[in-house]
Amino acid sequence: MRHVLSLLLENEAGALSRVSGLFSSRGYNIESLTVAPTEDASMSRMTIVTSGSDEVIEQITKQLNKLVDVVKVVDVSEAPHIERELMLVKVRALGAAREEMKRMSEIFRGRIIDVTDSSYVIELTGTQEKLDSFLGAIESELILETVRSGVCGVGRGDRVLKI
Amino acid sequence: MVLTGAEIVVRCLQEEKVEYLFGYPGGSVLFLYDELFKQDKVRHVLVRHEQAAVHAADGYARSTEKVGVALVTSGPGATNAVTGIATAYMDSIPIVIISGQVPTAAIGLDAFQEVDTVGITRPCVKHNFLVKDVRELAATLKKAFHIARTGRPGPVLVDIPKDVTAQRCEYEYPEKVSLRSYNPVVKGHSGQIRKAVQLLLEARRPMIYTGGGVVLSNAAEKLAKLGRLLGFPVTNTLMGLGGYPASDKQFVGMPGMHGTYEANMAMHYCDVLLAVGARFDDRVVGNAEHFMQEPRKIIHVDIDPSSISKRVKVDVPVVGDVGDVLDEMIACLEATRERPDAEHLALWWRQIEEWRRRDSLGYKNSDEIIKPQFVVQKLWEVTGGDAFVATDVGQHQMWSAQYYKFNKPRRWVTSGGLGTMGFGLPAAMGIQLAHPGSPVACITGEGSIQMCIQELSTCKQYRLPIKVLSLNNRYLGMVRQWQEIFHGNRYSESYMDSLPDFAKLAEAYGHVGLQVTKPGDVEGAIREAFKRKDDLVFLDFQIDPTENVYPMIQGGKGLNEMILSTEDL
Ligand SMILES: Cc1ncc(C[n+]2csc(CCOP(=O)(O)OP(=O)(O)O)c2C)c(N)n1
Repeated sequence: MRHVLSLLLENEAGALSRVSGLFSSRGYNIESLTVAPTEDASMSRMTIVTSGSDEVIEQITKQLNKLVDVVKVVDVSEAPHIERELMLVKVRALGAAREEMKRMSEIFRGRIIDVTDSSYVIELTGTQEKLDSFLGAIESELILETVRSGVCGVGRGDRVLKI
Repeated sequence: MVLTGAEIVVRCLQEEKVEYLFGYPGGSVLFLYDELFKQDKVRHVLVRHEQAAVHAADGYARSTEKVGVALVTSGPGATNAVTGIATAYMDSIPIVIISGQVPTAAIGLDAFQEVDTVGITRPCVKHNFLVKDVRELAATLKKAFHIARTGRPGPVLVDIPKDVTAQRCEYEYPEKVSLRSYNPVVKGHSGQIRKAVQLLLEARRPMIYTGGGVVLSNAAEKLAKLGRLLGFPVTNTLMGLGGYPASDKQFVGMPGMHGTYEANMAMHYCDVLLAVGARFDDRVVGNAEHFMQEPRKIIHVDIDPSSISKRVKVDVPVVGDVGDVLDEMIACLEATRERPDAEHLALWWRQIEEWRRRDSLGYKNSDEIIKPQFVVQKLWEVTGGDAFVATDVGQHQMWSAQYYKFNKPRRWVTSGGLGTMGFGLPAAMGIQLAHPGSPVACITGEGSIQMCIQELSTCKQYRLPIKVLSLNNRYLGMVRQWQEIFHGNRYSESYMDSLPDFAKLAEAYGHVGLQVTKPGDVEGAIREAFKRKDDLVFLDFQIDPTENVYPMIQGGKGLNEMILSTEDL
């Protein structure tokens, strides 16, 4: 099962490597990992997308909680939540493809944020599936490069991760 | 008061009441050594290898209730310490390691004797720090001691660049630490505890299984009290030996790969298992799948939530300090008149006695050749069961665990989790320094002792009258045993040629050395050794090279599938 874990951790040098090191040394999966400071500069918030049986996820949560730099861990995917990922796709935009790319970008509510006479950079946010289906919908030969931020997750409504 | 970083470190150690600092100097720690030179409260012990510094701090910590401390230089000093750190980590031993680092401006430039110590040790410490600002030094050291000794204890490393030890700042030792991200649970959940007690009262075939957690939380007396109240059988893991008195009739010996038949059968067939400060290690329950096939309810008390339901699914988890939880269990029991059903308990004991009669630790002694079991039994007799015993790793370690009966905690010091050969002698140094005048034995093998034999020199310098009992079988015995059983007697590289004359070697270091070849001389030699209160005596017992450790559970097998002797193979 796929899970989205949200962590608050001390904004200390090396905190990220403690978390990523834990995953590699114990053989846990990481599908994506994103991290950035929060409004409280002493803390970072991390979102990890991982997968495993219930027992494995329980161990992952416990092991993360055990790290001294980790302040709090929640499995946001346990209850209603929102996931978003940002993707930048650079595509070839020549001839007929130029119009087609623009049209596809509009359908997926993307934005073209860079234009040259032969290429576009399209910015797209949404769930992982939405980004995947965009990539599936355009001609793969036209994709020059893609960059994805990894998933950010947040619980809906009253579910707040804060100390 | 304005002090240099080096002065601050020494002050902090004094504040923490550190008696001994085990260490080895080098370029990055010269300012620290200079400050140590100027004071006499913290006594420095100069080892011969940094691995030994950490093992000695570890042995000191295990045999006391204190935090052990080691000091090493950057680069090779730190890498040499890693085995010691990992050893302490696997057994949850509270130690603080201070390592020197190249100056902050040189970090990352492949400077002379630079390694990423924090990176290398990260997976084998409870926590570590790199102190880049002298103003954070005192608070960091305070945190290091706090983290090492609280919760599930463990090693904490503090890496200090050389320039930080020279910089000055205002010094004040913080009185308290508060870490928003680190607050180990101490008190167990009382609802869970009541549930656990109810299960225990309803048990028909109960079993108490305890590990190193009982020793680490100083809860042996509480365990004894709970044991008496309930009248249940008790087993202690390798790490937990001494947690319950071995001479008590409710004690059924050690469980696991080389545990007793009765302990393993009772673990397997009990209907309620109370696990306390133990972690269902693979060397204890063997094949976890097989173990879980037998229906039983499991109560697991541990301070580390991640130890619960890691290998074996648990029915009643209780997170908390073992001592606190045992206290509360006792209080619950004392508050009720209910007691476990006496009839069923008697039947269960009858079954256990039947298993016990198999005498799984019985062995054939000999008049011709020294049997290792006999040596350990004699050591136990001669020392009245009251010595501190440190061991190395291998067959001799298992025989020590099987035949030396520990009645008190913190007397038994062994590398259980990592299984580090070379641990015994340096650990014994830490123990002897912590307990001057007490008998300290190091039971070792001719393979293991050579991994830290240089420490005989440290023992001479600090006059540590350790008794080294080497069970010399000329083989890396435990390896040979596995090769005999699982690899068709092909003794690939497990025979050691060209062994030194250990008695002479000990003498060369300035100690007393004695080779013992006849069974009839064993007891006399041990008595003589312990009579020499001021000398380190090295007893080189030439033992039967073919002796194997039994009973045994083969890898992948279940607890009820023990081999009692060669005939069962
Ligand atoms: C540092 C280290 N290297 C290798 C091993 C693997 N190992 C486990 S027991 C053993 C043999 C130990 O031989 P010895 O010290 O002579 O003890 P014996 O088993 O003969 O009693 C070995 C090599 C280990 N535990 N530790």
